[in-house]
Amino acid sequence: MSELKKIPTRNGFGEEIVAVGKDNPDVVVLDIDIGKSCKTQDFRKELPDQYINVGIAEQNGAAVAAGLATCGKIPFVVTYAAFGSMRICEMIRQEICYTNLNVKIACSHGGFTPANDGASHQAIEDMGILRTLPNMTVMMPADYNQAKKLVRAAAENYGPMYLRFTRDAMEQVYGPEVEFEIGKAYQLQDGKDVAIIANGDTVCLAIKAAKILEEKGISARVLDMHTIKPLDVDAVKACVNDIGKIVTVEDHNIINGLGSAVCEVVAEMGKGKVKRVGIQDQFGESAPYERLLAKNGITVEDIVAEAEKLQ
Amino acid sequence: MKDISINELKNKATEMRMKVIDMIYKAQSGHPGGSLSAADFVTACYFKYMNVDPKNPQWADRDRMVLSKGHVCPIQYACLATLGYFPEEVLDTLRKEGSPLQGHPSMIKCPGIDISTGSLGQGMACAAGMALGGKMNKKDYKVFCVLGDGEAQEGIIWEAANTANKYKLDNFIVFVDENNLQLDGTCDEVMPNGDLGEKFKAFGWDVFYINGNDMEEVCDAIDKCYAAQNGNPKAIIGKTVKGKGVSFMENQVGWHGVAPNDEQYAQAMAELKAQLI
Repeated sequence: MSELKKIPTRNGFGEEIVAVGKDNPDVVVLDIDIGKSCKTQDFRKELPDQYINVGIAEQNGAAVAAGLATCGKIPFVVTYAAFGSMRICEMIRQEICYTNLNVKIACSHGGFTPANDGASHQAIEDMGILRTLPNMTVMMPADYNQAKKLVRAAAENYGPMYLRFTRDAMEQVYGPEVEFEIGKAYQLQDGKDVAIIANGDTVCLAIKAAKILEEKGISARVLDMHTIKPLDVDAVKACVNDIGKIVTVEDHNIINGLGSAVCEVVAEMGKGKVKRVGIQDQFGESAPYERLLAKNGITVEDIVAEAEKLQ
Repeated sequence: MKDISINELKNKATEMRMKVIDMIYKAQSGHPGGSLSAADFVTACYFKYMNVDPKNPQWADRDRMVLSKGHVCPIQYACLATLGYFPEEVLDTLRKEGSPLQGHPSMIKCPGIDISTGSLGQGMACAAGMALGGKMNKKDYKVFCVLGDGEAQEGIIWEAANTANKYKLDNFIVFVDENNLQLDGTCDEVMPNGDLGEKFKAFGWDVFYINGNDMEEVCDAIDKCYAAQNGNPKAIIGKTVKGKGVSFMENQVGWHGVAPNDEQYAQAMAELKAQLI
């Protein structure tokens, strides 16, 4: 992690989608009024012929996108994660996943990042809900550069996909040269005493926790599981076989997110231990982002403590 | 557009109704009532107006048909089989395991289905997306959509109506199958729609009121839709009779989603046969 300034991952989306749209005229942004907040204003200005805004009508937006996809378009439906996963959940299921159409749901305001907006805007269930839909890919980039890479990958790979970005500024983890593959965990460092598997805005916490653990003589493997579906099962199995102790970290409800996905693999292996760090099955409130994480035990110190418990 | 007379189209609609009854009887499952009420419009579209190629169902320039009230798919399956999208005997597999003819239409399984529907309301918004895609791709195809009057109670219908107006989708023709019956009773009882035409007009649409079971009026309305390339999306409010063509099914809410028994099947087929001109 560098000393570079923090940037919201929604900015990475907003910048890359313009480049992707210029490269492929079939890429369409479908806004649902909140484009300014989701950083599509440059796309709107530079590629007006590829830009749709259906107004405050999320359900219609998702279904219109499905119709566009049948005509060869690659629509990115842009909204907040709470609405893009739950308000339009059944449209995604029926018209995008069941039909296996090439629609991308690109959402800002993931997890607790819309902190002072309060619980209505904090999507804490979204990735878990969408993970249960057949054909769906579910991703959350850790930083600005990874967001750009995953946005491009989403446009270039066929199928329904959900991308979750942060409203708040995130530390930069990756240089622009690092490449990622959908469905493949990225190993930030190797270790032999514990594996920390994180995604999205908690990856930077995992890296810091690994550093502290190192000072305590505990060596940690750190994996960025930017795609929770399809989960990189091989990477999880390797953690179990090589180390046997895993801490998962996520800015998402502890039910049905990254931690649950990892536990599904570990449970079927019949060996290995997992500790899950995540939102404690409770709604948030208007409060600073870091406070909301702290209230749910999602801090560097908490990750360190969970890793130590496993030793 | 194909050169076919009104009388020929009337016979086609009757034939399609017979196929609907036959497949639902064989499946012992399905929705005869709405399939019969929408039969005249769907038949007119497929056998006169729609520019399609059964050998190339994904042809990018084709006209599209979306049954937003997806449960009436037997009428669409009858048309698709007759046009040669798949062999006629496939109709006998309706709702059976492994069949392309799902209880509600699936674009993945069945050639000629332009989008999967079944969850009410969504099909019209998808169809609006197809019409918008046509405008964006500078194609001149039409998108036909069949909407139930009960279905018009879904909020997404009016969201889609807004979108069609904003993007000037005059290539979008929605037929409202106004049979005034839905699963729990009459629309007036369950949730009165009021004047659906006035609602569409308020959303900026061109509206045509017709008897939706009169082939001449159906064709006349579609002709008017084709003629009015004025930027406005089109709604044809078709007064119809649920179960049209089979006396004991007509206007009976109980025939929404029930299959006929042996006796009823024989009577229905005999009645329909007698309607051939």
